Amino acid sequence: MGFRAAVITFPGSNCDRDMATALELVSGTAPIRVWHGDADLPDNLDFIALPGGFSYGDYLRSGAMAANSPIMRSVVKAAERGVPVLGVCNGFQVLTESGLLPGALMRNASQNFICRTVPLTVENTQSLFTGSYDSGSKVRIPVAHHDGNYFADEATLDRLEGDGRVAFRYDEPCNGSRRDIAGILNASGNVLGMMPHPERAVEDAHGGVDGRRLFESVMGELVS
Amino acid sequence: MKVRILVRLKPGVLDPQGRAVHHSLDGLGFEGVEDVRIGRMIELDVADNTSDEALNAMCEKLLANMVIEDFSIEKLETAGAA
Repeated sequence: MGFRAAVITFPGSNCDRDMATALELVSGTAPIRVWHGDADLPDNLDFIALPGGFSYGDYLRSGAMAANSPIMRSVVKAAERGVPVLGVCNGFQVLTESGLLPGALMRNASQNFICRTVPLTVENTQSLFTGSYDSGSKVRIPVAHHDGNYFADEATLDRLEGDGRVAFRYDEPCNGSRRDIAGILNASGNVLGMMPHPERAVEDAHGGVDGRRLFESVMGELVS
Repeated sequence: MKVRILVRLKPGVLDPQGRAVHHSLDGLGFEGVEDVRIGRMIELDVADNTSDEALNAMCEKLLANMVIEDFSIEKLETAGAA
């Protein structure tokens, strides 16, 4: 069978190849590369990844232009059908701009671009994306972003917390995010957006492999 | 018709850019600056019969992010207007 994944490339994506390499490394199957201008996704996908980067040069707002590209209409439909969708960094920004995830990612409170490996807690280890992590796992995954400051109103934050939709939390203040939120799930649990880059932590040469379990979780028995 | 759209962060949403600029104004010795908020101005040149509904929809769907921003629409005089 293999693991049938798609990686979307927008103009200005720059982590799409890293994502594809990580998916192939962990699953043994190379993902399908999809261009943003394509109207349709390949059939029968097991997984869709929106990679990091600076789609459309971050014009207007990070992720705002990409969220309105032709392929995103298909991604939204696939997400509504239950296909797992992971957005990393700029991909997370695209997911909030497209309405698949609540809230917004604003300029880092420090105004600085932050590029370092950060300590995180896996807050929800029951989800499709985090089931292979042990409960309360502490992990270290790199971040590299200028607009990672997660914002939502208090009622939305309370709902996210109460429903177990905070997947990852920074162990120390990182970018000004409300409640140190680093990654969130949608209500059905099949869409995850996160600022840290799990695809940059999948082999020893990366300095850590804490991102690997995220991909293993979502692949599950499909790659056994 | 020329339309000027102002997109601003909602009250209460932290504006780190404004804060940094405020700090710089203080550093230049300007006194009495209480707060600085930075927004975005977008000028559109649209057909004269463009409806208010359409302009609002443009703002809500793309030009502003309603989670964090408010917008206001100002119609400027058209070339043909007296």
